[in-house]
Amino acid sequence: MLSISPTYLLYYVPLLVAISLVYGGTRHEDMRLVLRHAAYTAYWITAFMGLIFVVLLIMGLFV
Amino acid sequence: MADRSESVIEVDGRRIDLRNRPLAALLAWLLPGGGHFYQRRHAKGTLYLVCILTLWIVGFSIGGVHVVYASRHAGDHRWHYYLQIGAGAVALPALVQTRRINQYTSPRTGVTSDEYEPLWGGFMAPPHRPVSEEKTDQVSAWYARHGAGYEMGTWYTMIAGLLNLLVIYDAYAGPLGIPISGRKRKDEADTPAQIPS
Repeated sequence: MLSISPTYLLYYVPLLVAISLVYGGTRHEDMRLVLRHAAYTAYWITAFMGLIFVVLLIMGLFV
Repeated sequence: MADRSESVIEVDGRRIDLRNRPLAALLAWLLPGGGHFYQRRHAKGTLYLVCILTLWIVGFSIGGVHVVYASRHAGDHRWHYYLQIGAGAVALPALVQTRRINQYTSPRTGVTSDEYEPLWGGFMAPPHRPVSEEKTDQVSAWYARHGAGYEMGTWYTMIAGLLNLLVIYDAYAGPLGIPISGRKRKDEADTPAQIPS
């Protein structure tokens, strides 16, 4: 199904953590709110990337 | 003397003194989180420092420590560096290395002299010139040696630089969406937030 090694997906983890936390940090001052915002951002990014993945996967079935 | 209240804002129920905002922004650029430490926002300063420098170091390492260099030479315009330098002082050695290699590269032929030796064991040094897509050169050797790590390392360091731009803004003006003057604090001090029904 994947044309690359699944271990390559590990590259995604540090990016996701750093981007989510920094973005959350630039929206709030309270660390609890920062973490909550970061979790929401991580969830949103992952869902979006997952959606793109599914779209490309479906396109790949027809090409 | 500047009115201190102009640098004070309130966010999430906390008063923040942004102090000298341009200085804080400069410090934030030099060292991710540095501006926040200056403003005594230690928790956020630590968060930024750890996140951005970790991303930077991981990217730099998986790219074989060759992903950050500055070059505007023909065939090797390293535009990625414009984003990488957003991370501040950690990217500055590349400028020193570029200055050095330029001294050993003929402007007429574009070829680096055999006498050239990069500083610090080649840390952030540009590749020997000429560099071109048609021929094997030092850049293609880096790609061959590190594979996807070279690409990802470049992305990591670029994203670290971009994230630090957000951090610089946060140091200068506070969290996004919050006015940089103290108006919001004064207005909201007496009036609790209204929740629309």
